Amino acid sequence: MTAKKQVRTNKETIKVIDSSAKDVYTKILKKKSPEMIFPIRALSNVKYDPKKGFFELLGKYKTRALNVNTIKAFAQTLKMMGLSKNLLNVNDTATKREAYYVSKNWGDARFKEQPESDTVMDDVEAMFGINREQLGFIPEEKGGAVAGELVVIDKDPNTGAKLKIDCTKFGSGAYSVPTSVEHLGFETKAKFILAIETAGMFERLNKHGYWKKANCILISMGGVPTRACRRFIRRLADEKGIPVYAFCDGDMYAFFNIYRTLKVGSGNAAHLNEFFCVPQARFIGITPQDIVDYKLPTHPLKDVDIKRAKDALKNDPFVKQHKEWQKAIQQQVKSGQRAEQQALAKWGLNYVIDKYLPQKLKNDKTWLP
Amino acid sequence: MATKKKEQNHAERLAQEQKAISVSQFFERNRHLLGFDNPIKALSTTIKELVDNSLDACQEINILPELTIQIKQKAEKKFIIIVEDNGPGIVKEQIPKVFAKLLYGSKFSKMRQSRGQQGIGVSASVLYGQLTTGKSSKITSKIDPKKPAHFYELHIDVNTNEPEIVQEKEIEWLNKDHGIKVEIELEGKYQRGRLSVDEYLKQTAISNPHANITYIPPDNKVVKYLRGTKELPKEPKEIQPHPYGVELGVLIRMMKASPSKTLLHFFTTSFSRISAKTAKEICDKANVPLNTKPHTINHQQADALFNSIAKTKIMAPPTNCLSPIGEDVLTKGLKKEINAEFYTAATRPPTVYRGMPFQIECAFAYGGDLKGDELMKIMRFANRVPLQYMQSACAIFKSSQQTAWKNYGLSQSKGALPTAPMVAMIHIASVWVPFTSESKEAIAHYPEIVKEIKLALQECGRKLAIYLRRKKKDAEVERKKSYIIKYIPHMGEALKELLELTDAQSKEIQVILKQQLEAPPEEPKVGTTVKTK
Repeated sequence: MTAKKQVRTNKETIKVIDSSAKDVYTKILKKKSPEMIFPIRALSNVKYDPKKGFFELLGKYKTRALNVNTIKAFAQTLKMMGLSKNLLNVNDTATKREAYYVSKNWGDARFKEQPESDTVMDDVEAMFGINREQLGFIPEEKGGAVAGELVVIDKDPNTGAKLKIDCTKFGSGAYSVPTSVEHLGFETKAKFILAIETAGMFERLNKHGYWKKANCILISMGGVPTRACRRFIRRLADEKGIPVYAFCDGDMYAFFNIYRTLKVGSGNAAHLNEFFCVPQARFIGITPQDIVDYKLPTHPLKDVDIKRAKDALKNDPFVKQHKEWQKAIQQQVKSGQRAEQQALAKWGLNYVIDKYLPQKLKNDKTWLP
Repeated sequence: MATKKKEQNHAERLAQEQKAISVSQFFERNRHLLGFDNPIKALSTTIKELVDNSLDACQEINILPELTIQIKQKAEKKFIIIVEDNGPGIVKEQIPKVFAKLLYGSKFSKMRQSRGQQGIGVSASVLYGQLTTGKSSKITSKIDPKKPAHFYELHIDVNTNEPEIVQEKEIEWLNKDHGIKVEIELEGKYQRGRLSVDEYLKQTAISNPHANITYIPPDNKVVKYLRGTKELPKEPKEIQPHPYGVELGVLIRMMKASPSKTLLHFFTTSFSRISAKTAKEICDKANVPLNTKPHTINHQQADALFNSIAKTKIMAPPTNCLSPIGEDVLTKGLKKEINAEFYTAATRPPTVYRGMPFQIECAFAYGGDLKGDELMKIMRFANRVPLQYMQSACAIFKSSQQTAWKNYGLSQSKGALPTAPMVAMIHIASVWVPFTSESKEAIAHYPEIVKEIKLALQECGRKLAIYLRRKKKDAEVERKKSYIIKYIPHMGEALKELLELTDAQSKEIQVILKQQLEAPPEEPKVGTTVKTK
């Protein structure tokens, strides 16, 4: 499985924008109602083929025809396309928040709150099937932290000179994944990538040089992984042919918001998942069975956890494909307990390094797909 | 027996202490029962009594009322109240009794709709003034344009409940054909707000739009409530009591005092809706001969008669004795004092509670100057008299709370009045309004009355709902229009920027878009449709 290079030149992207605008213009001149067609962004419009490895669109579309009720959204979408075109023309970018502030110049068509502008941005992205970074929009949040046996090859933004970044040389700190990762190159001899849910666990493993001991690359996702983080892991894993292991809490949020999004992408941005997913990822822990095997201290499941579990069993195409996950969920619901990855500290602070991870990595029977 | 003797001794001793207390003495001690519990209320109660009487008096002689009410502040807590009307006046001999003898009046015994009922009011105010200031009240009355007016200064003897005439003289009252002027000095407190005299007079002007009312408050800033209609209220007719509404004690008293020779005659002449046949039925059921002399009836027989009345089917009392304000006049009254955008009114057909005819009316004023973020305001009226106090104890308030206002397009929290820019005016007209207390502030919760109030509110509510729906629809059309005009320029501008159009091209599509979107005919495609590609 190799990641397609999904890079378009700015010119190509502008062409797509222009043709769409042209279509609207011609329809109006012909006194026909112009339309915009978007894929529906929801779990209900997603299918999962384990062979392909990611959520892809089922093919349901919504059509937004221009009428009295849609004219505001229509005008805003066109304005957003215009902003994107301007950014691409001068080879600049704007954060989602900046785009929202730019709209304050649009008079009555301005956005009141940022979620409105984000939605329109998502619309444009989905309509063209082009991720927002290529449209000139970048997210606010950081991609993730990296430490270990890896050299990242980047360019100096001012001089364009090649930069080699050695991720073993950050001491107690870490390399930070940039918002756009398409131009990066990698050099590594690491055996695997460990994607970690919490910054706290990442700190511990980094501080005690776990990456040296296990010859691996540590990546902190800091909750649900950002697109850039997912793309970074994907490209690294694909190009270097190394496996990816996810190490998260043992609860529904970790299973289906963090791990599933890492592996197959999100239901909301299924039009882009092909690039922003890591199909080769495996879940090594904390599994519901780990809670039993390692006698971990637990917290009771909340009502939302149970609801989330039932919802996943019923509606999540990913869970429906994997019997192991269904069993795991049922086991957890039955026990009514969840555990955090830091609960391992019960057996000593470095138990995770000395015992848990080595044991888990050795035995792939204890993983979840 | 020793004990018995002892008891007698006690009784004898007690008897020496027991003596009749006069009505005046009773009310001197229990003035809160009449609405004189505090200085603010005392002031407004006095004005209320005087104004109600004046309006009733004008109505008796079918004349359009001209009222002047003045409050003069003498000292911090001393006020002089002067109320003048153009009613018929009162004949010289009656003046002392009407104003200075409690429970004296013509209204108490009459089964007829009128503002005042018990005849306590005016003299209670005179008594209150006398108790708090020591001053006597001054009354001027003129009954004929050609005759001079009579002036009295009166005092009440609290021991005997008899008037004391302090001064009496004939005076000239220029530019006046007939009428009464009453001047009472009392201890009080003047305040503005919901329970104020100002509010009372405003509401009175609403429920009596045929009256001209001039009001001079202590600051001398004259307020004139001008007449909104020249239509006089229909003169209510007097009716005989209906048997269902009579209590046993009253029945016994009526029989004792009756000059009738037979029960047949007594029943058919003293009550409404009793025919010879019904009278016979009542007597037969009670096993009392139809030709018994009423004043010879003993308690047991009276009890039997009373019970058989309840068991006998008797036609409902006549309702032509009522004088509702009427939908048209209600609306006029509201319009003249409240600047709203929508008015509606409903007058229910008359009906009966406990043998008493009554009729409910309701009117709404919505929007305009009224504030939308407050609870609906209720104005309660009984026989055209505004009720200001004890709102939450009143059947009108309860019925309004229990109405499902959401059905009529208003928002309402559970168990509360709706939140709306609205005034609801509710009027009960009856020959005998059932108040919960003598101070006449709240209407009792008779199921028949509650039901009628709700029906009236619902009737107005339906009309309001139609108006609100139309308004919403109009606003929607307007909103859409403004929406189109607002965003079309942005469509033009965005396309111009994207495709580098000329100004003319941008204008062109804006014109086309405006035509396309404003033309309603073909329903534009639904905003979002789901289809599979």
